[in-house]
Amino acid sequence: MRLIIPLAITFTAGIIMILNYFIPHQPFRLLGDNLQDWYLIVASGAIFLGAANLMHVHFRKIRLKLKNWKYSPVTIIGFLVMFVLGLIYGVVEGKPFDYLFLNMVAPMGATMFSLLAFFVASAAFRAFRASNWRATLLLTSAFLVMLGQVPIGAMIWDKIPLAKVWLMSIPNTAGQRAVMIGAAMGVVATSLRIIFGIERSYLGGAD
Amino acid sequence: MNWEILGIWLGALVTFCLYSFLYRDNPFYKFAEHLFVGMSAGYWVIYNIENVLIPNWWQNMVPPEGGFNWVWVIPGIFALFMLARIVPKTAGLSRLALGMIIGTGAGLNMVSFFQTNAMSQVKGTIISVATGSAWDIFSSVVLVVGVVSGLVYFFFSKAHTGVVGKTANVGITILMVAFGASFGYTIMARLSLLIGRSQFLLEDWLPTIPRLLGLGG
Repeated sequence: MRLIIPLAITFTAGIIMILNYFIPHQPFRLLGDNLQDWYLIVASGAIFLGAANLMHVHFRKIRLKLKNWKYSPVTIIGFLVMFVLGLIYGVVEGKPFDYLFLNMVAPMGATMFSLLAFFVASAAFRAFRASNWRATLLLTSAFLVMLGQVPIGAMIWDKIPLAKVWLMSIPNTAGQRAVMIGAAMGVVATSLRIIFGIERSYLGGAD
Repeated sequence: MNWEILGIWLGALVTFCLYSFLYRDNPFYKFAEHLFVGMSAGYWVIYNIENVLIPNWWQNMVPPEGGFNWVWVIPGIFALFMLARIVPKTAGLSRLALGMIIGTGAGLNMVSFFQTNAMSQVKGTIISVATGSAWDIFSSVVLVVGVVSGLVYFFFSKAHTGVVGKTANVGITILMVAFGASFGYTIMARLSLLIGRSQFLLEDWLPTIPRLLGLGG
Protein backbone atom coordinates (compact mmCIF):
# COMPACT_ATOMS: atom_id res chain seq x y z
CA MET A 1 0.00 0.00 0.00
CA ARG A 2 2.93 2.33 0.69
CA LEU A 3 3.68 2.30 -3.03
CA ILE A 4 0.27 1.64 -4.56
CA ILE A 5 -1.50 4.76 -3.24
CA PRO A 6 1.21 7.22 -4.39
CA LEU A 7 1.42 5.45 -7.76
CA ALA A 8 -2.39 5.65 -8.11
CA ILE A 9 -2.28 9.38 -7.31
CA THR A 10 0.51 9.87 -9.88
CA PHE A 11 -1.44 7.94 -12.53
CA THR A 12 -4.71 9.79 -11.89
CA ALA A 13 -3.08 13.24 -11.83
CA GLY A 14 -1.06 12.53 -14.99
CA ILE A 15 -4.02 11.13 -16.92
CA ILE A 16 -6.26 14.07 -15.91
CA MET A 17 -3.65 16.55 -17.24
CA ILE A 18 -3.35 14.64 -20.54
CA LEU A 19 -7.14 14.37 -20.93
CA ASN A 20 -7.47 18.08 -20.14
CA TYR A 21 -5.13 18.83 -23.06
CA PHE A 22 -6.78 16.55 -25.61
CA ILE A 23 -10.41 17.00 -24.42
CA PRO A 24 -10.59 20.64 -23.26
CA HIS A 25 -14.22 20.34 -22.09
CA GLN A 26 -15.95 19.67 -18.78
CA PRO A 27 -15.28 17.86 -16.53
CA PHE A 28 -11.63 17.54 -17.65
CA ARG A 29 -11.17 21.31 -18.04
CA LEU A 30 -12.31 21.97 -14.45
CA LEU A 31 -10.28 19.05 -13.06
CA GLY A 32 -7.17 20.03 -15.04
CA ASP A 33 -7.33 23.72 -14.08
CA ASN A 34 -7.84 22.91 -10.40
CA LEU A 35 -5.06 20.33 -10.48
CA GLN A 36 -2.66 22.92 -11.89
CA ASP A 37 -3.45 25.24 -8.94
CA TRP A 38 -3.11 22.33 -6.51
CA TYR A 39 0.23 21.48 -8.12
CA LEU A 40 1.53 25.00 -7.34
CA ILE A 41 0.30 24.79 -3.75
CA VAL A 42 1.73 21.34 -3.05
CA ALA A 43 5.00 22.16 -4.83
CA SER A 44 5.29 25.26 -2.62
CA GLY A 45 5.47 22.83 0.30
CA ALA A 46 8.85 21.80 -1.15
CA ILE A 47 10.13 25.39 -0.64
CA PHE A 48 9.21 25.17 3.05
CA LEU A 49 10.78 21.73 3.23
CA GLY A 50 13.98 23.14 1.70
CA ALA A 51 14.05 26.04 4.17
CA ALA A 52 13.40 23.68 7.11
CA ASN A 53 16.15 21.39 5.87
CA LEU A 54 18.57 24.34 5.56
CA MET A 55 17.89 25.30 9.17
CA HIS A 56 18.20 21.67 10.28
CA VAL A 57 21.57 21.28 8.53
CA HIS A 58 23.00 24.47 10.03
CA PHE A 59 21.71 23.87 13.57
CA ARG A 60 23.23 20.38 13.34
CA LYS A 61 26.53 21.87 12.17
CA ILE A 62 26.57 24.20 15.18
CA ARG A 63 25.55 21.45 17.61
CA LEU A 64 28.24 19.02 16.40
CA LYS A 65 30.77 21.80 15.70
CA LEU A 66 31.36 20.49 12.18
CA LYS A 67 33.68 22.14 9.65
CA ASN A 68 32.94 25.88 9.13
CA TRP A 69 30.23 25.76 11.83
CA LYS A 70 31.10 29.33 12.84
CA TYR A 71 29.46 30.62 9.67
CA SER A 72 26.21 28.72 10.22
CA PRO A 73 24.74 31.41 12.55
CA VAL A 74 25.18 33.88 9.66
CA THR A 75 22.93 31.72 7.44
CA ILE A 76 20.37 31.22 10.22
CA ILE A 77 20.26 34.93 11.13
CA GLY A 78 20.10 35.93 7.44
CA PHE A 79 17.17 33.58 6.90
CA LEU A 80 15.30 34.65 10.03
CA VAL A 81 15.77 38.37 9.35
CA MET A 82 14.30 38.07 5.83
CA PHE A 83 11.55 35.69 6.94
CA VAL A 84 10.40 37.77 9.94
CA LEU A 85 10.61 41.11 8.08
CA GLY A 86 8.69 39.58 5.17
CA LEU A 87 5.95 38.31 7.49
CA ILE A 88 5.67 41.63 9.34
CA TYR A 89 6.00 44.15 6.50
CA GLY A 90 5.18 42.06 3.40
CA VAL A 91 6.88 42.67 0.06
CA VAL A 92 5.67 46.27 -0.21
CA GLU A 93 8.09 48.65 -1.94
CA GLY A 94 10.15 50.79 0.44
CA LYS A 95 9.62 48.52 3.48
CA PRO A 96 12.52 46.72 5.27
CA PHE A 97 12.09 43.42 3.39
CA ASP A 98 12.23 45.19 0.04
CA TYR A 99 15.14 47.36 1.27
CA LEU A 100 17.23 44.33 2.23
CA PHE A 101 16.37 42.56 -1.00
CA LEU A 102 17.41 45.53 -3.15
CA ASN A 103 20.54 46.40 -1.17
CA MET A 104 21.82 42.97 -0.16
CA VAL A 105 20.20 39.96 -1.84
CA ALA A 106 20.15 41.42 -5.38
CA PRO A 107 23.77 42.73 -5.23
CA MET A 108 25.00 39.43 -3.79
CA GLY A 109 23.19 37.49 -6.54
CA ALA A 110 24.62 39.72 -9.28
CA THR A 111 28.12 39.52 -7.76
CA MET A 112 27.96 35.73 -7.47
CA PHE A 113 26.99 35.40 -11.13
CA SER A 114 29.55 37.99 -12.22
CA LEU A 115 32.23 35.95 -10.40
CA LEU A 116 31.45 33.25 -12.93
CA ALA A 117 32.85 35.56 -15.64
CA PHE A 118 36.34 34.88 -14.27
CA PHE A 119 35.83 31.13 -13.93
CA VAL A 120 34.11 30.82 -17.30
CA ALA A 121 37.02 32.73 -18.84
CA SER A 122 39.56 30.32 -17.32
CA ALA A 123 37.40 27.34 -18.37
CA ALA A 124 37.21 28.83 -21.86
CA PHE A 125 41.00 29.05 -21.99
CA ARG A 126 41.22 25.32 -21.33
CA ALA A 127 38.23 24.33 -23.49
CA PHE A 128 39.16 26.51 -26.44
CA ARG A 129 42.66 25.18 -26.95
CA ALA A 130 42.47 24.32 -30.62
CA SER A 131 43.32 20.62 -30.23
CA ASN A 132 41.42 19.57 -33.38
CA TRP A 133 39.47 21.27 -36.14
CA ARG A 134 36.13 20.99 -34.34
CA ALA A 135 37.58 22.62 -31.23
CA THR A 136 38.90 25.36 -33.53
CA LEU A 137 35.37 25.75 -34.90
CA LEU A 138 34.01 26.11 -31.35
CA LEU A 139 36.75 28.63 -30.55
CA THR A 140 36.08 30.68 -33.70
CA SER A 141 32.33 30.65 -33.17
CA ALA A 142 32.62 31.78 -29.52
CA PHE A 143 35.22 34.40 -30.41
CA LEU A 144 33.04 35.88 -33.19
CA VAL A 145 29.97 36.00 -30.93
CA MET A 146 31.96 37.73 -28.16
CA LEU A 147 33.54 40.17 -30.59
CA GLY A 148 30.23 40.87 -32.31
CA GLN A 149 28.65 41.74 -28.98
CA VAL A 150 30.97 44.67 -28.21
CA PRO A 151 31.62 47.91 -30.15
CA ILE A 152 35.25 47.02 -30.86
CA GLY A 153 34.02 44.15 -33.08
CA ALA A 154 32.30 46.57 -35.47
CA MET A 155 35.35 48.85 -35.32
CA ILE A 156 37.63 46.00 -36.47
CA TRP A 157 35.30 44.96 -39.30
CA ASP A 158 31.69 46.03 -39.77
CA LYS A 159 30.67 42.50 -40.84
CA ILE A 160 31.55 40.95 -37.44
CA PRO A 161 28.23 41.95 -35.76
CA LEU A 162 26.41 40.50 -38.79
CA ALA A 163 28.41 37.27 -38.48
CA LYS A 164 27.42 37.13 -34.79
CA VAL A 165 23.73 37.56 -35.66
CA TRP A 166 23.99 34.82 -38.32
CA LEU A 167 25.80 32.45 -35.95
CA MET A 168 23.18 32.99 -33.25
CA SER A 169 20.17 32.72 -35.56
CA ILE A 170 21.22 29.88 -37.90
CA PRO A 171 23.80 27.35 -36.61
CA ASN A 172 22.98 28.08 -32.96
CA THR A 173 19.24 27.72 -33.62
CA ALA A 174 19.86 24.48 -35.55
CA GLY A 175 21.92 23.00 -32.70
CA GLN A 176 19.52 24.17 -30.00
CA ARG A 177 16.55 22.81 -31.96
CA ALA A 178 18.17 19.40 -32.32
CA VAL A 179 18.80 19.37 -28.55
CA MET A 180 15.27 20.61 -27.77
CA ILE A 181 13.55 18.06 -30.01
CA GLY A 182 15.68 15.26 -28.55
CA ALA A 183 14.97 16.44 -25.01
CA ALA A 184 11.22 16.71 -25.74
CA MET A 185 11.20 13.08 -26.88
CA GLY A 186 12.99 12.17 -23.66
CA VAL A 187 10.43 14.10 -21.59
CA VAL A 188 7.52 12.36 -23.35
CA ALA A 189 9.05 8.92 -22.80
CA THR A 190 9.97 9.62 -19.16
CA SER A 191 6.54 11.15 -18.42
CA LEU A 192 4.80 8.06 -19.80
CA ARG A 193 7.07 5.83 -17.70
CA ILE A 194 6.22 7.90 -14.60
CA ILE A 195 2.47 8.00 -15.24
CA PHE A 196 2.27 4.24 -15.84
CA GLY A 197 4.39 3.50 -12.78
CA ILE A 198 7.38 2.01 -14.60
CA GLU A 199 9.66 4.77 -13.36
CA ARG A 200 9.26 5.04 -9.58
CA SER A 201 12.69 6.11 -8.33
CA TYR A 202 11.20 9.45 -7.18
CA LEU A 203 9.33 7.56 -4.45
CA GLY A 204 12.50 6.12 -2.97
CA GLY A 205 14.19 7.23 0.21
CA ALA A 206 11.06 8.10 2.17
CA ASP A 207 11.24 5.18 4.58
CA MET B 1 20.47 58.10 9.30
CA ASN B 2 20.68 58.20 5.52
CA TRP B 3 19.12 54.88 4.49
CA GLU B 4 20.12 55.29 0.87
CA ILE B 5 23.84 55.60 1.69
CA LEU B 6 23.59 52.75 4.20
CA GLY B 7 22.05 50.56 1.49
CA ILE B 8 24.84 51.44 -0.95
CA TRP B 9 27.47 50.61 1.68
CA LEU B 10 25.81 47.30 2.52
CA GLY B 11 25.76 46.41 -1.18
CA ALA B 12 29.41 47.46 -1.60
CA LEU B 13 30.48 45.56 1.51
CA VAL B 14 28.97 42.26 0.37
CA THR B 15 30.28 42.85 -3.16
CA PHE B 16 33.85 43.28 -1.87
CA CYS B 17 33.47 40.27 0.43
CA LEU B 18 32.38 38.07 -2.49
CA TYR B 19 35.04 39.39 -4.89
CA SER B 20 37.71 38.62 -2.28
CA PHE B 21 37.31 35.00 -3.46
CA LEU B 22 39.28 36.00 -6.59
CA TYR B 23 42.35 36.12 -4.35
CA ARG B 24 41.51 32.86 -2.56
CA ASP B 25 38.91 31.33 -0.26
CA ASN B 26 38.78 33.44 2.90
CA PRO B 27 36.55 34.21 5.91
CA PHE B 28 35.04 37.34 4.28
CA TYR B 29 33.90 35.33 1.28
CA LYS B 30 32.55 32.54 3.49
CA PHE B 31 30.65 35.10 5.58
CA ALA B 32 29.01 36.69 2.51
CA GLU B 33 28.34 33.28 0.95
CA HIS B 34 26.53 32.00 4.05
CA LEU B 35 24.65 35.29 4.37
CA PHE B 36 23.55 35.04 0.73
CA VAL B 37 22.27 31.50 1.19
CA GLY B 38 20.30 32.40 4.32
CA MET B 39 18.82 35.65 3.01
CA SER B 40 17.95 34.10 -0.38
CA ALA B 41 16.17 31.21 1.33
CA GLY B 42 14.21 33.69 3.48
CA TYR B 43 13.39 35.75 0.41
CA TRP B 44 12.09 32.75 -1.57
CA VAL B 45 9.93 31.50 1.31
CA ILE B 46 8.27 34.92 1.61
CA TYR B 47 8.01 35.24 -2.18
CA ASN B 48 6.30 31.85 -2.24
CA ILE B 49 3.82 32.85 0.46
CA GLU B 50 2.99 36.19 -1.20
CA ASN B 51 2.87 35.06 -4.82
CA VAL B 52 1.79 31.42 -4.71
CA LEU B 53 0.04 30.52 -1.47
CA ILE B 54 -2.02 33.68 -0.86
CA PRO B 55 -3.42 34.15 -4.41
CA ASN B 56 -3.71 30.46 -5.38
CA TRP B 57 -4.64 28.82 -2.12
CA TRP B 58 -5.77 31.19 0.63
CA GLN B 59 -7.92 33.44 -1.58
CA ASN B 60 -9.58 30.39 -3.13
CA MET B 61 -10.20 28.77 0.25
CA VAL B 62 -11.33 31.94 2.02
CA PRO B 63 -12.68 34.17 -0.79
CA PRO B 64 -12.73 37.94 -0.08
CA GLU B 65 -16.52 37.93 -0.72
CA GLY B 66 -16.99 35.50 2.18
CA GLY B 67 -17.52 31.79 2.76
CA PHE B 68 -15.16 28.85 2.98
CA ASN B 69 -14.32 26.39 0.18
CA TRP B 70 -13.56 23.10 1.90
CA VAL B 71 -12.15 21.52 -1.25
CA TRP B 72 -9.08 23.79 -1.00
CA VAL B 73 -8.18 22.19 2.32
CA ILE B 74 -6.99 19.14 0.33
CA PRO B 75 -3.97 20.78 -1.41
CA GLY B 76 -3.08 22.40 1.93
CA ILE B 77 -2.98 18.96 3.54
CA PHE B 78 -0.89 17.61 0.65
CA ALA B 79 1.55 20.52 1.08
CA LEU B 80 1.82 19.61 4.79
CA PHE B 81 2.50 16.01 3.75
CA MET B 82 5.57 17.32 1.94
CA LEU B 83 6.85 18.66 5.27
CA ALA B 84 6.21 15.25 6.87
CA ARG B 85 9.52 14.19 5.34
CA ILE B 86 11.30 16.06 8.16
CA VAL B 87 10.08 13.54 10.75
CA PRO B 88 11.34 10.00 9.93
CA LYS B 89 8.18 8.31 11.31
CA THR B 90 5.85 10.29 9.03
CA ALA B 91 8.18 10.51 6.03
CA GLY B 92 6.03 8.02 4.08
CA LEU B 93 3.25 10.63 3.82
CA SER B 94 5.49 12.78 1.65
CA ARG B 95 5.15 10.11 -1.06
CA LEU B 96 1.49 11.10 -1.48
CA ALA B 97 2.46 14.73 -2.08
CA LEU B 98 5.34 13.69 -4.34
CA GLY B 99 3.03 11.39 -6.29
CA MET B 100 0.63 14.27 -6.84
CA ILE B 101 3.19 16.83 -8.05
CA ILE B 102 5.21 14.34 -10.09
CA GLY B 103 2.05 12.97 -11.77
CA THR B 104 0.66 16.43 -12.54
CA GLY B 105 4.08 17.64 -13.70
CA ALA B 106 4.55 14.58 -15.92
CA GLY B 107 1.11 14.96 -17.53
CA LEU B 108 1.56 18.70 -17.97
CA ASN B 109 5.13 18.50 -19.30
CA MET B 110 4.44 15.59 -21.61
CA VAL B 111 1.93 17.49 -23.69
CA SER B 112 3.46 20.96 -23.36
CA PHE B 113 7.03 19.82 -24.16
CA PHE B 114 5.78 17.81 -27.10
CA GLN B 115 3.84 20.82 -28.36
CA THR B 116 6.45 23.54 -27.82
CA ASN B 117 9.81 21.77 -27.92
CA ALA B 118 9.07 19.15 -30.56
CA MET B 119 6.15 20.03 -32.86
CA SER B 120 6.71 23.82 -32.92
CA GLN B 121 10.43 23.38 -33.55
CA VAL B 122 9.81 20.91 -36.39
CA LYS B 123 7.22 23.29 -37.87
CA GLY B 124 9.64 26.23 -37.56
CA THR B 125 12.36 24.23 -39.30
CA ILE B 126 10.11 23.20 -42.19
CA ILE B 127 8.78 26.74 -42.68
CA SER B 128 12.33 28.11 -42.59
CA VAL B 129 12.98 26.60 -46.06
CA ALA B 130 11.94 29.90 -47.48
CA THR B 131 12.25 31.96 -50.57
CA GLY B 132 14.33 35.12 -50.67
CA SER B 133 17.89 35.93 -51.56
CA ALA B 134 20.49 33.25 -52.27
CA TRP B 135 21.93 33.92 -48.79
CA ASP B 136 18.50 33.38 -47.16
CA ILE B 137 18.07 30.08 -48.98
CA PHE B 138 21.61 29.00 -48.01
CA SER B 139 20.87 29.90 -44.36
CA SER B 140 17.61 27.92 -44.48
CA VAL B 141 19.43 24.90 -45.88
CA VAL B 142 22.09 25.15 -43.14
CA LEU B 143 19.29 25.33 -40.55
CA VAL B 144 17.43 22.28 -41.88
CA VAL B 145 20.60 20.22 -42.43
CA GLY B 146 21.81 21.27 -38.96
CA VAL B 147 18.59 20.18 -37.22
CA VAL B 148 18.29 16.86 -39.09
CA SER B 149 21.97 15.91 -38.76
CA GLY B 150 21.97 17.03 -35.10
CA LEU B 151 19.03 14.71 -34.45
CA VAL B 152 20.84 11.87 -36.24
CA TYR B 153 23.84 12.47 -33.95
CA PHE B 154 21.55 12.04 -30.91
CA PHE B 155 20.00 8.88 -32.35
CA PHE B 156 21.80 6.03 -30.67
CA SER B 157 19.57 3.13 -31.75
CA LYS B 158 21.69 2.66 -34.90
CA ALA B 159 25.48 2.45 -35.07
CA HIS B 160 27.11 5.65 -36.35
CA THR B 161 28.63 4.04 -39.45
CA GLY B 162 28.15 4.60 -43.18
CA VAL B 163 25.60 7.27 -44.17
CA VAL B 164 24.38 7.58 -40.57
CA GLY B 165 27.95 8.14 -39.37
CA LYS B 166 28.63 10.77 -42.03
CA THR B 167 25.37 12.59 -41.21
CA ALA B 168 26.17 12.40 -37.49
CA ASN B 169 29.57 13.95 -38.27
CA VAL B 170 27.83 16.91 -39.93
CA GLY B 171 25.58 17.07 -36.86
CA ILE B 172 28.46 17.23 -34.38
CA THR B 173 30.08 19.96 -36.49
CA ILE B 174 26.92 22.11 -36.38
CA LEU B 175 26.57 21.37 -32.67
CA MET B 176 30.15 22.54 -32.03
CA VAL B 177 29.41 25.85 -33.77
CA ALA B 178 26.16 26.14 -31.78
CA PHE B 179 27.85 25.36 -28.45
CA GLY B 180 30.64 27.82 -29.25
CA ALA B 181 28.09 30.55 -29.98
CA SER B 182 26.13 29.77 -26.80
CA PHE B 183 29.33 29.70 -24.77
CA GLY B 184 30.48 33.05 -26.14
CA TYR B 185 27.04 34.51 -25.43
CA THR B 186 27.12 33.19 -21.84
CA ILE B 187 30.57 34.70 -21.22
CA MET B 188 29.32 38.06 -22.46
CA ALA B 189 26.25 37.84 -20.20
CA ARG B 190 28.50 37.20 -17.19
CA LEU B 191 30.80 40.03 -18.24
CA SER B 192 27.86 42.42 -18.46
CA LEU B 193 27.02 41.52 -14.84
CA LEU B 194 30.65 42.21 -13.90
CA ILE B 195 30.47 45.58 -15.64
CA GLY B 196 27.23 46.28 -13.75
CA ARG B 197 28.89 45.57 -10.39
CA SER B 198 31.92 47.66 -11.36
CA GLN B 199 29.63 50.54 -12.34
CA PHE B 200 27.84 50.25 -9.00
CA LEU B 201 31.14 50.48 -7.11
CA LEU B 202 32.53 53.34 -9.21
CA GLU B 203 29.41 55.41 -9.78
CA ASP B 204 27.24 54.70 -6.72
CA TRP B 205 29.53 53.69 -3.88
CA LEU B 206 32.76 55.67 -4.54
CA PRO B 207 31.04 59.11 -4.64
CA THR B 208 29.57 58.47 -1.16
CA ILE B 209 33.04 58.49 0.45
CA PRO B 210 33.70 62.25 -0.04
CA ARG B 211 30.08 62.92 1.04
CA LEU B 212 30.59 60.97 4.25
CA LEU B 213 33.92 62.70 4.90
CA GLY B 214 32.24 66.06 4.31
CA LEU B 215 34.48 66.86 1.36
CA GLY B 216 31.67 68.12 -0.83
CA GLY B 217 28.83 66.72 -2.93
